[in-house]
Amino acid sequence: MVDHMQATDEATVSLPVLTQERIPTVVVDDAHIIYRVHKGATGGTTPVAALRRLVKRTSAPNVREVHAVKGVSFTAYRGEAIGLIGSNGSGKSTLLRAIAGLLPVNRGAIHTQGQPSLLGVNAALLNDLSGERNVTLGCLAMGMHPDEVAQQAAGIIDFSGINERGDFASLPMRTYSSGMAARLRFSIAAAKKHDVLLIDEALATGDKGFRKRSEQRVRELREGAGTVFLVSHQLSSVRDTCERTIWLESGVLRMDGPTDDVIRAYEAYANSK
Amino acid sequence: MATTALVDPDTGLTQAQLAARHGLRVAGERPTLVEYSRRLWAYRHFIAAYANAKLVASYSNAKLGQLWQVLTPLTNAAVYYLIFGVVLAQNENIPNFIGYLTTGLFIFNFTQSAVLAGTQSISGNLGLIRALHFPRASLPLSTTVTQFQQLLASMVVLLGIVLVTGEPITLKWLMLVPALLLQAVFNAGVVLLVARMGAKASDLKQVMPFILRTWMYGSGVLYSVTLFDRLPGWATTLVQFNPLLVYIELARYALLDQPPLLNESLTQLWLVGAGWALVGGIGGYIYFWRGEQEYGRG
Repeated sequence: MVDHMQATDEATVSLPVLTQERIPTVVVDDAHIIYRVHKGATGGTTPVAALRRLVKRTSAPNVREVHAVKGVSFTAYRGEAIGLIGSNGSGKSTLLRAIAGLLPVNRGAIHTQGQPSLLGVNAALLNDLSGERNVTLGCLAMGMHPDEVAQQAAGIIDFSGINERGDFASLPMRTYSSGMAARLRFSIAAAKKHDVLLIDEALATGDKGFRKRSEQRVRELREGAGTVFLVSHQLSSVRDTCERTIWLESGVLRMDGPTDDVIRAYEAYANSK
Repeated sequence: MATTALVDPDTGLTQAQLAARHGLRVAGERPTLVEYSRRLWAYRHFIAAYANAKLVASYSNAKLGQLWQVLTPLTNAAVYYLIFGVVLAQNENIPNFIGYLTTGLFIFNFTQSAVLAGTQSISGNLGLIRALHFPRASLPLSTTVTQFQQLLASMVVLLGIVLVTGEPITLKWLMLVPALLLQAVFNAGVVLLVARMGAKASDLKQVMPFILRTWMYGSGVLYSVTLFDRLPGWATTLVQFNPLLVYIELARYALLDQPPLLNESLTQLWLVGAGWALVGGIGGYIYFWRGEQEYGRG
């Protein structure tokens, strides 16, 4: 917020800039995100305790609430590419999912222009089905028309390169190596054009050749998109693609500003730990 | 006020006001019912493809594969015939007991398996829900479609059994089509209902088999429905309006020559059957839509 105010103060001095009004595409307003995880079988769950919980209406001990994002606020504008950095479990991916409208916020609000799309490698598909069928299903789930899917299916499989070592596209996905499955998922997700594009670690997928292809594809997608968010642990790829960076730590926004400044502060923090 | 007109008009606005000024919408906001239905219609291809995929995947690890679609209901019918037809000798006052039993069993099984699968149609697909944006009702609806496809396979078996046990082919058989469609709409509603409930409370999966077994005994699947006449008056009325009993009676009336029926009036059967489809279908749909934003949380 502070950065934002300074920017507008400067704008009052040089009036001509005002003709180009900055159009916000994503407005995050004090967002809190809590999700529940089932820990599975844990000790100390006697039937008596379970009954007592039922009567008192308290939640079960094997369900834990994770407060992943704690009151984050920022505004993203059209034409910006914003990096999201932070240590593991700092709430970056959760925040992206909330912007995409996939996870609800518990407090605060997230406002977006159009429907943001999340480009991740975690899109779970049906492991019992062939790669080809997963391509069709994934594309339909992204809202493509069947004709469009039929046109693109071959291209998606080629792009993923899963057929480089024989015909894997007709085999069930459970027979794939983890790298192959991730490549196929990325290729499906990247097959569509997006307004607001949220990229989650997608650039780190697969071998070198595939990484090159996918970086090229992301660049193309960026050109068509209004605003791009990039979550990555590779600071070099954030430096290459983003002019602005947001640093999250344990669900709290630590810093928001020009990429070079934020990354310098982040590196100093990470080294001191 | 005069000076503020010169500066960026966004200055001093709160985040919410800024969003409102530029017409941004809340992320993941629940659309209106009409808009939701429109989006769902646009996803019809996904629903069909997903239903097909589930059907193919369901037996992909079994050696006999899709043959189980027919073998499972057949084996079920054989087991129940052994117990209720041979051991307990329930068949004395029912003309074609095998036909009577299998019709009831297959029709009941349509709803039973749909409800069981529906309980997990949200909770079992959290990965997909957290990764992609689509109307969530697509998942429970495709579950219903999968079960409908399995029903068609078991109906072929059923017609075979009915023919073998000496029932004539009549025009009445055509009544089976609207009866099954009404039941499918009713099922869709129930599946949407349990899908939302199962998304929040995973214990539902444990409770469901017991509810379904009680429902089965209250639907006159395994024994003659005339047994219900011995109940007190209010209980008989309750059983008469049991949607599954109604759908089973409609199917028995369509396929069998002279089945014992609890509901004497055919008009009443149709009216109650259509009423349940309407109430269940619309009610379940609205109930599911109202929870649309919550499904990603788990």
